[in-house]
Amino acid sequence: MKYVDEFRNPEKAQALTKEIAKLSQQIDKHLKIMEVCGGHTHSIFKYGIEEILPKNIELIHGPGCPVCVMPKGRIDDAIALCQNPNVIFTTFGDAMRVPGSKTSLLQAKAQGADIRMVYSPLDSLKIAKENPNKEIVFFGLGFETTAPSTAFTILQAAAENITNFSLFANHVLVIPALQALLENPDLQLDGFVGPGHVSMVIGTEPYEFIAQKYHKPIVVSGFEPLDIFQSIWMLLKQIVENRCEVENQYNRLVEKSGNQNAIQAMNQVFTPREKFAWRGLGEIPNSGFQIRKEYAQFDAEAKFHLPNLTVPDHKACQCGEILKGVVKPWECKVFGTACTPENPIGACMVSSEGACAAYYKYGRLSTMAKKATKQTKEPISL
Amino acid sequence: MCLGIPGQIIEITNPEHKLAIVNVGGVKRQINIACIVDEEHPPEKCIGDWVLVHVGFAMNRINEQEAAETLKLLQEIAQTYT
Repeated sequence: MKYVDEFRNPEKAQALTKEIAKLSQQIDKHLKIMEVCGGHTHSIFKYGIEEILPKNIELIHGPGCPVCVMPKGRIDDAIALCQNPNVIFTTFGDAMRVPGSKTSLLQAKAQGADIRMVYSPLDSLKIAKENPNKEIVFFGLGFETTAPSTAFTILQAAAENITNFSLFANHVLVIPALQALLENPDLQLDGFVGPGHVSMVIGTEPYEFIAQKYHKPIVVSGFEPLDIFQSIWMLLKQIVENRCEVENQYNRLVEKSGNQNAIQAMNQVFTPREKFAWRGLGEIPNSGFQIRKEYAQFDAEAKFHLPNLTVPDHKACQCGEILKGVVKPWECKVFGTACTPENPIGACMVSSEGACAAYYKYGRLSTMAKKATKQTKEPISL
Repeated sequence: MCLGIPGQIIEITNPEHKLAIVNVGGVKRQINIACIVDEEHPPEKCIGDWVLVHVGFAMNRINEQEAAETLKLLQEIAQTYT
């Protein structure tokens, strides 16, 4: 397929890995590179990319899986919403198995709640038109890649005067999360593979502080194997040449200033919350979107009563440390035993973009364990 | 969640609501093109464009020239090893 197959060419991948090996020999230290986006984590495991990299390059799988960072309390709120007999709750499939404090959306559906999986938030508007006597609530989650589509859906609902549709907004923002990670003195990173599709919306300019204030190189990357290899090669080149810049490997889709239509729609409908709790990472200021007052009639939090409780993570689960790259999934006590994709305790085991699910699905633990340096298991709060 | 897939816009079905049909690897489906239309690119001019499709929206156009340049660079690296 165009723009996919060309970026999976094995000969070019081989040449890039040789270039990466050559550069890594000029670096006399163990490098820790964080891929922020869960989409990259998925590709890295799917194509076995980390295994091919030189021994002194370790990939840290960051907090960029929106399903993984959803706190239990918000899942409980979603379940409370869908248990309202007048509500049809719509969601992307990824969110169905995320454990709340007692149950997941999938279990709630099995118990009779009207929960429907949709491909696009716009599908929810169609359901709203078909069911005028019901309230349709869409579970809006995802980073800035997904937030514009939700914003456009609210704008369309307003334009069509659809009154039985609302959004349970859980969109999270990548820049405050990166800021929180970089402020953590225990997290030693040498560079970032920046998210491709978030950057397609926000552009590359918002990452400048990473290079300028924190002196870390970052390369915004596409998701195919050649994209990721080329991004790691570009990062190593920066490290060898003692540079710290924001570079763009994914320039076929990402522009410096992003997509103005998408940014405008997001800003029209949403405003940052003072703080938003991330599973395992705690509260991060300005890290989530809420609906502006002008669109309050589409805000499920204003329309319905929600328990809005803070629920602590499971004691044995180390998702928080895993999301920060401080602990490797296989070092968690419950990984692969009590916590599996069929019965996840922690959110990192749920989505295919979560580090634990990727390790569990694609295995290769012995290779990965050999490459990883011993890390502290001391919990770190952001 | 944040993944997308390239597709080509083949038909505009509703210019007012900015709806189009996209061909993604042989599968045709309706998408919203609000993110990629402006005065310079009205809906009717979007036919034939390659776009990145994510949750039913065309999120951005794929820049053919940039894609070609990236592939040319990768080809040059590959040639040094053959």
